[in-house]
Amino acid sequence: MLDMVNEMLSMPFVVRALIVGVLVALCAALLGVSLVLKRYSMIGDGLSHVGFGTLAIALAFNVAPLQVSIPLVLLAAFLLLRLSENSKIKGDAAIALISSSALAVGVIIVAKAKGMPADLFNYMFGSILAMKTGDLYLSVAVSAVVLTLYVLFYNKIYAVTFDEKFAKATGTKTGLYNMLIALLTALVIVVGMRMMGAMLISSLIIFPALTSMRVFKSFKGVVICSAGLSAVCFIIGLVVSYAWDTPAGASIVVVNLAAFLVFFAVGFVNKALRHLCC
Amino acid sequence: MGSIISVQNVSVKYDSGFAVKDVSFDVCEGDYFCIVGENGSGKSTLMNTVLGLIRPSGGRVAYNGLKQNQIGFIPQQTAVQKDFPTSVREVILSGCTNRRGVLPFHANKDRQRVRDNIKRLDIEPLARKSYCDLSGGQQQRVLLARALCSADKILLLDEPAGGLDPVMANELYGLLGELNNSGAAIVMISHDMASAVKYAGKILHMQTSPLFYGKKKDYLASPVYKKIVGGAADA
Ligand SMILES: Nc1ncnc2c1ncn2[C@@H]1O[C@H](COP(=O)(O)OP(=O)(O)OP(=O)(O)O)[C@@H](O)[C@H]1O
Ligand SMILES: [Mg+2]
Repeated sequence: MLDMVNEMLSMPFVVRALIVGVLVALCAALLGVSLVLKRYSMIGDGLSHVGFGTLAIALAFNVAPLQVSIPLVLLAAFLLLRLSENSKIKGDAAIALISSSALAVGVIIVAKAKGMPADLFNYMFGSILAMKTGDLYLSVAVSAVVLTLYVLFYNKIYAVTFDEKFAKATGTKTGLYNMLIALLTALVIVVGMRMMGAMLISSLIIFPALTSMRVFKSFKGVVICSAGLSAVCFIIGLVVSYAWDTPAGASIVVVNLAAFLVFFAVGFVNKALRHLCC
Repeated sequence: MGSIISVQNVSVKYDSGFAVKDVSFDVCEGDYFCIVGENGSGKSTLMNTVLGLIRPSGGRVAYNGLKQNQIGFIPQQTAVQKDFPTSVREVILSGCTNRRGVLPFHANKDRQRVRDNIKRLDIEPLARKSYCDLSGGQQQRVLLARALCSADKILLLDEPAGGLDPVMANELYGLLGELNNSGAAIVMISHDMASAVKYAGKILHMQTSPLFYGKKKDYLASPVYKKIVGGAADA
């Protein structure tokens, strides 16, 4: 076991993947708590599909993927948030339309442009080989920004997540903080997408929050547990993928699923014990 | 006493028609203002418009020397998301978030304010519990504590006594009276006509548009009130 870990750490691309992955997993989990509780999970899903579309466009025009992806996905975050805030049109249906359209366009472009199915597969389901040194710097920078803003605005984020109406009525700029959450999510998705894959990145947002909620009953508890759990699941997933030669993104999702089941059981036992005691 | 909120000819239209039509009133410093009316008469819509949560389709709401972050508010009790993981303390502390402005963290005096309000509302045993595990009336008390944390000058309450037991409801009215005496303006939507006429200074009776707006003693003499109280008043 220790040998294997040593062997893993001796390979630069694994180390890069580890650093980027842990940071992205942490940020995704933090934002995920608010997204899940505000019932905005669809935005995460939508953004990752739009992200896939933009990667495909970048591939077709042979430009640096992040330069295309970041502005377009930020723009999409802005639009998707507007859609889900507007109750007149069916927000979630509109998001589903946009996300599957972006996916379809992306698939066609990838299939036509260079015709390599391997690329398509990597974009959809991720590859840790995708991490280059430039990506490493970028994702460290993005993560630093996300973490700093999240900590600074934690109380405001709590306020808009728990009761947006109260927050707005008493003078908190809810529109601003909703937008902040959406834009930070967009950044995290773009950075994490190529490693986790467009299809799987949103699980990094949703799983840790849902898992922590089984056991923790305060917002702060859920936030801290989600962040820690997400990082741990990422590392275990990466080791598993190395040991059994399974795709990294999918392995990480499966580890998250296992964690969810464990927490679910713990939550269940907790509840049963409380009933017994009282 | 200067007017702090002035509502001028406000109308709100939904697809199904007007919910609020041509309503004007003033809330002054130190007012105790009750809004009454039957279900669906536009009371909550009006209050949400006053708070800036709904954009009026006509007319305007003006704050005079009142900042949004000096307002305390209790929304009409809506089923809060079940399973929302949050402790009672976190909920109440969020009432202090508005007064921090752009500053990121709560100060010690905010935490003191939370402790004071927890004590004032007699909810110390609940403070460590999960908000979702509380009964409706207990949740209402917690929301009141939160509103007290955020309020400086004015408290707007949408049916605050809904779900409270009679003892607690009376305590609530006593507390609001105390706050009012110490200078805070109270704007309350209430279905409890008896306490509305007991405590209020001014009354607005809504039925999409105002049926009555004015001082309490005029209200008591008005046909609108007599019709509602019906035989009881004549007897
Ligand atoms: N979001 C909405 N969309 C469309 N119509 C609405 C909306 N909210 C309220 N209405 C309508 O506006 C009218 C006034 O509703 P409002 O909630 O203001 O009444 P209320 O006086 O607060 O009633 P209650 O005493 O039951 O709380 C109702 O007829 C309601 O159907
Ligand atoms: Mg109402």
